[in-house]
Amino acid sequence: MIRVVLPAHLRTLARVDGEVHLDVTGLVTQRSVLDALEARYPVLRGTIRGHDGGPRRAFIRFFACEQDLSHDPPDDPLPEAVAAGTEPYLVVGAMAGG
Amino acid sequence: MSSVRVLAGTRKGAFVLTSDGKRDRWEVAGPFFGGWEIYHMKGSPADPDRLWASQSSGWSGQVIQRSDDGGQTWEAVGNRFAYDGTPGTHQWYDGTPHPWEFARVWHLEPSLDDPDAVYAGVEDAGLFRSADGGQTWAELPALREHKSGPSWQPGAGGMCLHTILLDSSAPGRMFAAISAAGAFRSDDAGQSWRPINRGLQSEGIPDPDAEVGHCVHRLAMHPARPGVLFMQKHWDVMRSDNGGESWREISGNLPTDFGFPIDVHAHEPDTIYVVPITSDAEHFPPEGKLRVYRSRTGGDEWEPLTRGLPQEHCYVNVLRDAMAVDSLDECGIYFGTTGGQVYASADSGDSWAPVVRDLPAVLSVEVQTLP
Repeated sequence: MIRVVLPAHLRTLARVDGEVHLDVTGLVTQRSVLDALEARYPVLRGTIRGHDGGPRRAFIRFFACEQDLSHDPPDDPLPEAVAAGTEPYLVVGAMAGG
Repeated sequence: MSSVRVLAGTRKGAFVLTSDGKRDRWEVAGPFFGGWEIYHMKGSPADPDRLWASQSSGWSGQVIQRSDDGGQTWEAVGNRFAYDGTPGTHQWYDGTPHPWEFARVWHLEPSLDDPDAVYAGVEDAGLFRSADGGQTWAELPALREHKSGPSWQPGAGGMCLHTILLDSSAPGRMFAAISAAGAFRSDDAGQSWRPINRGLQSEGIPDPDAEVGHCVHRLAMHPARPGVLFMQKHWDVMRSDNGGESWREISGNLPTDFGFPIDVHAHEPDTIYVVPITSDAEHFPPEGKLRVYRSRTGGDEWEPLTRGLPQEHCYVNVLRDAMAVDSLDECGIYFGTTGGQVYASADSGDSWAPVVRDLPAVLSVEVQTLP
């Protein structure tokens, strides 16, 4: 089970409270997590990254385990703690974006 | 008894303001989509309960919302705006070529007769259409692909297609305006376009009477007299009596002819409204007095409308999509300000009162007249 934390404006859009919990099969990567997130909540398509898995939007950042993963290749494995569900994967609205 | 529903899009959410036909007591609902910019909202003429809203943010881009119950509940629909083919370039602010990039939807224009069909005017300038209730969007590329497109340049607010007018008397005829390219007309439902800017003079471009390059801020048309168009340009208020073939200036005795919105009285096609703004650098009313100007002669002769509007220390702006008229017997006029006020007049502009005073900056105002 993967834990994902969305910024407030996307929680509102997706109509969720608190963390989102996702089941991801196979290697847990940023791409596979976002694919699963968008499959569960199609309304989020285009709001975090481009349609069809396109690049991250400029004012969205990805953090986990106190690391900025925003510039990491999307198919790199996420930290083990994220894959194990002990740490969340954070989708963050950059401070410059609002 | 008839009623009105005012749709106010703001910098940080949407608001729905409702009143009965007297228009003296209002209910304010919202914010909807709090924290998001709502560039525009508009109801379908074919189904007044169907509303559209353009929702965007610097973080998360574009979302389109649709309501099927008059704004009580909303559903996010399709938000994929992909230019047709490989878009070329337009000019950037510094004159260098810049690829067409989708930024946001500035204006939503519902079909006159099909509640599932709606046009979207976007930045960078392009025209899209949905025929399935907003689930999917397809570009009508002929406008962007006009031969003059590579020379278009953004205005200060971006290169936006901000005005879409549909002519109910001539199937297929529509008008669009782009800042800062100018006005365009299609007579075949958007399959082809031509510039309609003859008569415009713009000192801010190298050739003041060029075919394109004019910063048109807004077009307005009375549906019963679609051959007559009114335009608020960056500077100058203009009129065309031949569907845009040529224009003449009607600024007349306005204190300044810079401004953004322009609109036409619902029952008097020669009664028009503008909000003069000091200048391109000073986006606030002259002398700190918020005055709507009305012409009952189709231009040239203007009178200030001040009753109920602040006449000192007022330094707000009224943006291009932030004025609308209802169609009750005594025509109501509405506008919103960057200071968060929405003003209404229930007597064709003779007197005004704020519907609400402290919203986020108002980006757009539309009104529906309901049975």
